[in-house]
Amino acid sequence: MNDNSSSNDKTGADWPLWEVFVRSKGGLAHRHAGSVHAADARMAIEAARDTYTRRMEGVSLWVVPSAAITASDPGEAAALFEPAADKVYRHPTFYAIPDAVKHM
Amino acid sequence: MTATSESLLVPFALRLGDDALILGQRLGEWCGHAPTIEVDLALTNLSLDLIGQATLFLDYAGKLEGKGRDADRLAFRRDAVDFTNCLLVEQPNGDFAQTIARQFLYSTWQQLYLNALADSADDTLAAAAVKCVKEVAYHARFAAEWVVRLGDGTEESHRRMSAGLDWMSRFVDELFEMEEADRALLAAGAGVDKAALRPAWDAEVARVLKEAMLEALPQRRTLTGGRLGRHTEHLGHILSEMQFLQRAYPDAVW
Repeated sequence: MNDNSSSNDKTGADWPLWEVFVRSKGGLAHRHAGSVHAADARMAIEAARDTYTRRMEGVSLWVVPSAAITASDPGEAAALFEPAADKVYRHPTFYAIPDAVKHM
Repeated sequence: MTATSESLLVPFALRLGDDALILGQRLGEWCGHAPTIEVDLALTNLSLDLIGQATLFLDYAGKLEGKGRDADRLAFRRDAVDFTNCLLVEQPNGDFAQTIARQFLYSTWQQLYLNALADSADDTLAAAAVKCVKEVAYHARFAAEWVVRLGDGTEESHRRMSAGLDWMSRFVDELFEMEEADRALLAAGAGVDKAALRPAWDAEVARVLKEAMLEALPQRRTLTGGRLGRHTEHLGHILSEMQFLQRAYPDAVW
């Protein structure tokens, strides 16, 4: 069965990368789970299904071409994020959250 | 169910279990060898689905038989002539396209078959069919997707997909053969009219092959006999690997 193994190395290397988001149950947001290589969106959904939901992790999947994601520049992290550090009044920590509310 | 039809259920459940077991074992051979990690996981997921199905049907066959044999015993302590899987599922993996050809032809059939079995008068078989058909619907979709990708891909992938279908096409007719026991069980309301599944199978296969820019399945001389224990040379090799541990160390557990 390995008569095509010589071509295995390059197979898949040409396929673009997709970011996978999994909704673990209805009402919750999709969360980033990881990434898969796939030739198109439909193949990406199937690869994501087989890679990230095989242990009942999800009820819904999103796949997004990794190339479509614009990331913040790590070099700007200080300017972007540190000013929030000393502004505790922005955190709604003064409200009592009922125990029944699980995802806040 | 009468006593007669219950005795017919044993070989019936064995056939279902053997198909799933051997195809599951075949797909497991891809573990660590598939073209990409994603496809590797997909094929082994299918394999585990099928081995789960085999456990359901073989355990049921063993229970009805009443000789104290469970699924493991039936899987690991029978010889090739006692296996009643169809010839299609024991065919070698070949290249990826040949594996996909086998999966496409079989899963398309299995989906139709299990949908019909869900109406069986035998409650255990009907419940198992309802459970398994959800898995198999994905197998059929996965395989059909790849048939289209490879058929309508490059010149090389088209050639490999055609060759894979050509190899597997000889074993299609067996899927729809009605043995005497099949007819008896059908009459008792527990079986499946396999011959009646053919038009729907033909239509689905033709639809996918057309989308894949592939020729219709070639008219080849049909090979059959798996249901009667007459297998191709490949089954013995599968069993020698699959059964090695229980043959060398009987009743070993872990």
